[in-house]
Amino acid sequence: MRMSFDVILDSLPQYRERIAELSEIMLANLVMIAEIPAPTFSERRRMEFVLERLNEYQLLNCSTDEAGNALGILPGEVGDRNILLVAHMDTVLPASMDHMVTIVPGYVSGLGIADNSLGVATVVTLPLILKELDIKLDSNLIVIGTARSLGRGNIEGIRFFLDNTEIPISAAICVEGVRLGRLSYSSIGMVRGEIRCEVPEEYDWTRFGAGGAIANMNEVINRIFEIPLPRKPRSTIVLNSMKSGTGFDEIPTKGSLQFEARSESGQMVHQLGETIENIAAEVASHTGAEITVEVVAQREPGGIQFSHPLAVSARRILNHLNVKPRIRPSTSELSAFIDKEIPAVTVGLSTGENLNEPDERIHIDPITTGLQQLLGLILAVDKGYCDGDE
Amino acid sequence: MEMNKWLKSNTYHHSTFRDLAELVEKKQELGITISLCIPTLNEQKTIGKEVVIFRSELMQRYPLVDEIAVIDSGSTDQTLEIASNFGADTYLASDILPEIEPKRGKGENLWKAIYQLKGDIIVYIDADIKNIHPRFVYGLVGPLIHRPEIKYVKAFYDRPLAFSQGTRPSGGGRVTEILIRPLFSLFFPELSAIIQPLSGEYAVRREVLESIPFPIGYGVETSHLLDVYTRWGLSAFAQTDLDQRVHRNQPTRSLGKMSFGIIQTFFSRLSKMNVIGNVPELNTVLRQFQVHDQEFETVEFKIVEEERPPMIEIPAYRDRVASGPTEAV
Repeated sequence: MRMSFDVILDSLPQYRERIAELSEIMLANLVMIAEIPAPTFSERRRMEFVLERLNEYQLLNCSTDEAGNALGILPGEVGDRNILLVAHMDTVLPASMDHMVTIVPGYVSGLGIADNSLGVATVVTLPLILKELDIKLDSNLIVIGTARSLGRGNIEGIRFFLDNTEIPISAAICVEGVRLGRLSYSSIGMVRGEIRCEVPEEYDWTRFGAGGAIANMNEVINRIFEIPLPRKPRSTIVLNSMKSGTGFDEIPTKGSLQFEARSESGQMVHQLGETIENIAAEVASHTGAEITVEVVAQREPGGIQFSHPLAVSARRILNHLNVKPRIRPSTSELSAFIDKEIPAVTVGLSTGENLNEPDERIHIDPITTGLQQLLGLILAVDKGYCDGDE
Repeated sequence: MEMNKWLKSNTYHHSTFRDLAELVEKKQELGITISLCIPTLNEQKTIGKEVVIFRSELMQRYPLVDEIAVIDSGSTDQTLEIASNFGADTYLASDILPEIEPKRGKGENLWKAIYQLKGDIIVYIDADIKNIHPRFVYGLVGPLIHRPEIKYVKAFYDRPLAFSQGTRPSGGGRVTEILIRPLFSLFFPELSAIIQPLSGEYAVRREVLESIPFPIGYGVETSHLLDVYTRWGLSAFAQTDLDQRVHRNQPTRSLGKMSFGIIQTFFSRLSKMNVIGNVPELNTVLRQFQVHDQEFETVEFKIVEEERPPMIEIPAYRDRVASGPTEAV
């Protein structure tokens, strides 16, 4: 007879004390992971560390693949299901920055500590936690640290794995460092691109006026802000970063602007992408500058329904732990699962501040609750409470 | 022992000892205990991480280390609170052997650790290491566990200096290259094979530690090398490459003070060993210069390299040893 869902919920408090005792191991892994720089496309050293740990925790099939993912399998007692536990290993932070981590009572601070060193440390440490808690899963648990997730990485790592694995995945749980309570089971449509402006050397400044690349980019930005955005489907355009110019005395001849257009509707995303390309072409035509748009990533909207057992279970577990679920769509690994019609959720582990800033930090105490949540969710999937046909 | 032969047989890389399960098994077979001592003075930024990593990896997961103690010189920041919060045993150096008038200096903390800690081997690790990793400990105790004839294991590094844009892969060790290695080459050529004679990380057997004197200031590492070498020879040493150590870079003026203290220790040893005959009484004031309102002015620092006697000569220690070697104090 399978364990009832209420029994799973009721078992979570009993794990709390032991999980807290094991948090030292988790923190040690967190520090060692966070101090290895891993900008997207340069995750090799972090991947090697993850692999070494998975090997040490005696997972099976510990291996890497062509995309640079690191994975290992904790075999289940029955092995009829395969649960994928995922954390992206890459960060948006260059290796040249100081990745030193500081631990003081209450919190851990350092570059990328929340996004996503804590997520990686969690998936790496979880097999050990399961062993220490004497939890034996019926399902196989596949632990994977993915490479090439962020920015131009365009979730290539997890896509590569899903495109090439022969293992049927029953459900996937994506782990992010923050924020505890975060729950994503749908992906929003998204197009991510870079607009580049180059003013040619033979540019006729008397004809087109002064200003250079920044002025031209400003024109593009003004036109993007004029794009009418519908309230339904909800849509938005975010300008993420801009680079141009070197200082006084130099007219900037090059500029780049990174943007994301997001919408609940796939059609709207395509439309916004096309509109931005048209704006770039039009501004180029009347300024004489070369303005190009490169699309670097795209996601189709989708996901499991609010009433899907996996989503329901995830909410029940959070409520049981007195954490208010914060449901929001995601553009991360979740999209890759949605494309493959694999039920998946993204959860957060702790609270934190200053994401992707030099003083990024996470709080230590909530991690215990975050791990209880993760255990509950794994057990719920393991015992069949998250199957789509129930 | 021929220097090249020693370099080949007694120089290790930490990865040789990375199989911690095997190392622990061997340690248990030998029935020995290992203590880790972290001397501190205002190290709140790095001490938490150091304690968490060592406790987790070397006590919880693999019981290689039997105790972790922070011995503090009187920090005015949160060093002791943080260390204690994450599970280290914490001591104020002045509270250990209170009947002996306290002195301030890193060597004092290292010396008092011999009394306070229980291990048959004591590993000393500085607290200012930014890229701390379990290899700093297992790399040093490995040779002691595997080779009974080795008594003293010293760390060496490819030392990057921390600077604002990350790290660069070489540099550091200025005092070593400008002062120590030339001195060793002049008087004790074999010791010049020790790649990083001033590194603050080493693992030593208790019977050695308790029988050598401890300068309390800058000269402690140098005096250890000279004393152990004189008594047991080069073959008692091993050294382990711990890869990189990221730490604070010291300004040249501070290195001047360090060199002044080391030279005092060195010459007093030379004199005791009758290597250069009688040395006149050495001056203890270092003079450096600074420019103030376009005038040069002298800045004087009094640096006296005081020395603690071998711990075995301290009655309280002998009593403790007599009452049982593994008795916690």
